[in-house]
Amino acid sequence: MNIEISDFEQFKVVKLLGEVDLHNSREVKNTLLDYVEKQCHVLVDFSGLDYIDSSGMATLVEAFNRSKTKNVGLHIVGATGAPLQVFKLTRLDSIFSLFDSVEQAAEQLAE
Amino acid sequence: MTQPIISISDLNTHYGDRQVLFDVNLHVQPGEIMVIMGGSGSGKSTLLKHLLALKKPTQGEIEIDGQNIGSISSKNLRELRKKMGVAFQGGALLSSLTVGENVRLPLEHNSKLDKQTIDIMVRLKLELMNLSGFENLMPSELSGGMLKRAGLARAVIMDPKILCFDEPSAGLDPVTSVELDELILKLREAMNMTMVIVTHELESAFKIADRIMVLFDGKVATVGTPDEIRASSDQRIQNLINRKPREEAIDGEAYLQRLVTGN
Repeated sequence: MNIEISDFEQFKVVKLLGEVDLHNSREVKNTLLDYVEKQCHVLVDFSGLDYIDSSGMATLVEAFNRSKTKNVGLHIVGATGAPLQVFKLTRLDSIFSLFDSVEQAAEQLAE
Repeated sequence: MTQPIISISDLNTHYGDRQVLFDVNLHVQPGEIMVIMGGSGSGKSTLLKHLLALKKPTQGEIEIDGQNIGSISSKNLRELRKKMGVAFQGGALLSSLTVGENVRLPLEHNSKLDKQTIDIMVRLKLELMNLSGFENLMPSELSGGMLKRAGLARAVIMDPKILCFDEPSAGLDPVTSVELDELILKLREAMNMTMVIVTHELESAFKIADRIMVLFDGKVATVGTPDEIRASSDQRIQNLINRKPREEAIDGEAYLQRLVTGN
């Protein structure tokens, strides 16, 4: 798994590449919590993600919960295929806002 | 065709002198739901024990995820087992631990995740099994159906590549049973799990299976898609589907011998 960081308008885009599992979900958690603590609005980009296990999903929940207390946004973009199915299966699509792309998220969140 | 994730070749197995499996061959593809059907004593559970490497074959080979179970080192077996989940018939929860403690057990032994991450993972799985709010109950406070679902939550807590499930719907009411079938299909879709499911329940088997293996007296009668099984010309399979009792001709002399001598 690799993590790529970039900026898009007011957002930190955290792009996850490859597979998130038990062995590397802590790295995802630390990265997300780090930006949330710095009061950054975060978009977690799933478009390069092949697989995410429940430890990865739990990590997202932890980061999202922290983002609420810090009053910053944390949203998911570009989830398709199996990772999107995992969101639906665990009904986490009722907690997170899912957007098709970074551009769409930025546009809709600006409104 | 992709490489099978489970390969059983010419498996023969004995309990003492008694042979229980005869020349069993089975190849399961990644992401496939393979249902094993057969009457009581047909060797279904013994086959499951082999898949979990709890029993070694007398003859034949079993390969799981590229590892030969007959010659695997104990270290590799431990690693392999982390990729496999097992849901036992009655749930098999530890009675001295709460439901939540049972479900988190595999993670506490096999991962270095933070407590809070594990807490959320456990609750995600309990939500999935419709058991939210039952985390702090003891197994003795749960119904049979709940125990089974808690056992399934524990079986999938590590997101296994392969899930073995013994009698998922036995003893469940029809609605819970249908919900469990749906859940099995969703788990496969989202997690791409390979599943080997032992069941008596025909309706459930036909609904969830990609392919069904039918065992009679330790021998493979057939392996095929649900449609192929339904269309089978084998009378024993038709009897199984139509729930007809076995009609066996009794050899009077042999029966007398068994009663008198025990052989």
